[in-house]
Amino acid sequence: MKVLAMTALVGAMTFVAPVAQAKSDLVVGLQLEPPHLDPTSAAAGAIDQVLYANVFEGLTRFGPDGSVNPGLAESWDISDDGRVYTFHLRKGVTFHDGSALDAGDVVFTLDRARAEDSQNAQKALFAGIESVEALDDLTARVTLAQPDGGFLFNMAWGDAVIVAPESIESIKQSPVGTGAFRFKGWVQGDRITLERNPDYWGEAARLDSATFKFISDPTAAFAAVMAEDVQAFPFYPAPENLPQFEADPRFQVLVGSTEGETILAMNNALPPLDNPMVRRAVAHAIDRKAIMEGAMFGLGTAIGTHFAPHHPDYVDLMYLSDYDPELSRQLLAEAGLAEGFTTTLKLPPPSYARRGGEIVAAQLRNVGIETEITNLEWAQWLEEVFRGKDFGLTIVSHTEPMDIGIYARPEYYFQYDSPDFQALNAALSTETDPEKRSELLVQMQTRIAEDHVNAYLFQLAVPTVADARLRGLWADAPTQATDLTGVYWEE
Amino acid sequence: MLQYGARRAMSLMVSLLVASLVIFFALEIVPGDPAAYMLGINAEPDTLAALRAELGLDRAAPLRYLDWIGGMMQGDFGISHTYRTPVADMIAERLKVSLPLALYALGLSTLIAFPAGIWAAQRRGSAVDLGVMGVTQLGVAIPNFWFAMLMVLVFAINLRWFSAGGFAGWEAGIGAGLKSLTLPAVALALPQASILTRVMRSALLETLGEDYIRTARAKGLTRGQALRGHALRNAMIPVLTIIGLQFSFLLAGAIIIENVFFLPGLGRLVFQAISARDLIVVESVVMLLVFAVIVVNFAVDMAYAWVDPRLRGQR
Repeated sequence: MKVLAMTALVGAMTFVAPVAQAKSDLVVGLQLEPPHLDPTSAAAGAIDQVLYANVFEGLTRFGPDGSVNPGLAESWDISDDGRVYTFHLRKGVTFHDGSALDAGDVVFTLDRARAEDSQNAQKALFAGIESVEALDDLTARVTLAQPDGGFLFNMAWGDAVIVAPESIESIKQSPVGTGAFRFKGWVQGDRITLERNPDYWGEAARLDSATFKFISDPTAAFAAVMAEDVQAFPFYPAPENLPQFEADPRFQVLVGSTEGETILAMNNALPPLDNPMVRRAVAHAIDRKAIMEGAMFGLGTAIGTHFAPHHPDYVDLMYLSDYDPELSRQLLAEAGLAEGFTTTLKLPPPSYARRGGEIVAAQLRNVGIETEITNLEWAQWLEEVFRGKDFGLTIVSHTEPMDIGIYARPEYYFQYDSPDFQALNAALSTETDPEKRSELLVQMQTRIAEDHVNAYLFQLAVPTVADARLRGLWADAPTQATDLTGVYWEE
Repeated sequence: MLQYGARRAMSLMVSLLVASLVIFFALEIVPGDPAAYMLGINAEPDTLAALRAELGLDRAAPLRYLDWIGGMMQGDFGISHTYRTPVADMIAERLKVSLPLALYALGLSTLIAFPAGIWAAQRRGSAVDLGVMGVTQLGVAIPNFWFAMLMVLVFAINLRWFSAGGFAGWEAGIGAGLKSLTLPAVALALPQASILTRVMRSALLETLGEDYIRTARAKGLTRGQALRGHALRNAMIPVLTIIGLQFSFLLAGAIIIENVFFLPGLGRLVFQAISARDLIVVESVVMLLVFAVIVVNFAVDMAYAWVDPRLRGQR
């Protein structure tokens, strides 16, 4: 009875229905809110998701397929020894505060990122730089200590976007970049609004304005898309709803790939996991397909090494860790662990880890490995697993592009210490010949797969749900960005 | 009355001091480093150290406690570790959502509970009474987040009368602001109204059995007149207690409802701050909520004295 009375009350309070969306603005749903708005001083992917390519641009930029294209640098010359990069900046580029982009801004940006007190979360990207100088207004010269075949790639990261000294003080609250959109406002906890930059140097954005709305709860995300409060939701958090959206003509569902290698990481320094035979046994106990079905509702691409399968240099090494519980038990017996063993399995919050963890635990139990599951928040995971290295097994997605180099760091949390691999990585960092680079990358992938450093599960997929009339959204996520510069409504 | 007030104010101060100590040092023990959270897994050790120094995290905990308390006395809550804006501004911004939402829900709950409780008490044992009791039983039993999702399904997804969530902002107009708070307020009010109705009814029934009511009836008042003139005021003490508790709960406990409706309120701020280990924000918001609860209790104590003159002289 009371419910009825309330319904009547609610009905009486209904106001005029919202006017139909004018087709030049867009509301994008995102699960995570940026902590602040400086892409060059935090690791939070949410910052890049709002600002990369939209507000901030780098010397180079990622294309939808992950290729590295000219950005603020129109072209560049590389010296014969591969150490000196001369960047030619575009003419007539202005920041959103009206000041012109010049080579001094490039010097400022790169020096700030590599400074002693730098707060750049990817400082390693700039580690090879020996000096940066402005030759004239539109020419900047970067000298590297050693040739680095990945330098142009590094400069495309969100952590390397060009910022201006005039606006750096307030960048965390009101970012000033050179992009096709400029920052308009931020209601913390709720939304960030961007508007078209009328003075953009390149092809102007087709949307007048774009609003990013932050909806962390998966059920609320579903409701917001169904009620058409948001018209696009990249990295949609509830894959179980996708079939429903696919069946609804109002929506389109894009499923793309990411740079996120999802792995069952093993503590290579902790017995018995320090024994390669035991790690091999763990790897053979894992049924990737069941994990993708159970944790991701079928989304994802199985991988056999720490490398993105859409990359041209990827090699399929899954035969080294096929699902084979019988072999797994046999290997354990050979390693003197016929009775199995017990270890910890520490899981960070994302559903691939929490849901995947339950399945992994069941598959391991099947070969005699017992796991004690602990669910951790990110901050705890960083402290205990990543920094404290206090774990046996953990599941995590490594979302940085081209990050196979982490296997050359013996202090890195899974503690793989292989001089062979480190030599390969050192060779790669100074090799600039594309063919030789490919060859080295193949050797590196094979090395870690044969050593069974970790159990490689799948490449994380990114589902995007959007209004069926929306065009120009990126399906793949070569970097954590929502590039809206080419997005438009179909008439 | 003055002495009663002074004594209450004293215990208020002591509660606040104890609460601040517990909050600060409990959060110190929790593992997790805000700088590591900010900079992620590729950060170099010297980058982490630089950020920790900037955030002041390299200083000893007791010193930071004194800074925090000292600042708070002057209305300075410090700077958020992650957002890098003054915590006081952030809280003020979130209160613009949380406070109206709590008041809206409390208003709805009281508006429903008073008439329903009085009506049921007046007709004890009748079909009306049974109906009210049945519905309130249901209202207490239904989890409010489930009821919230049900309302979203009906009113946002099917009927399109409301948006599925979010806050329009007061700058969009009072109407738009209230509209975006309506579904959350109803969801919050449902269990509260049910509890309050039941408390109202039973408190009234208890006083209706008192001797003075019989006397009042004997001198010729109808049951309704006796109820309104004599029983209602005496039944107010338990009802006020519940309203006080409910207000504190609504202000602090709306986290789940704020998540369902993705409202930028205090609850979500705390939730995000906890996962980012933005300790200064967590500490300040929790402290503020403790303060609000204590002040509300103080106000309720004062209200007791107002409805019940006997309490004013009590030791």
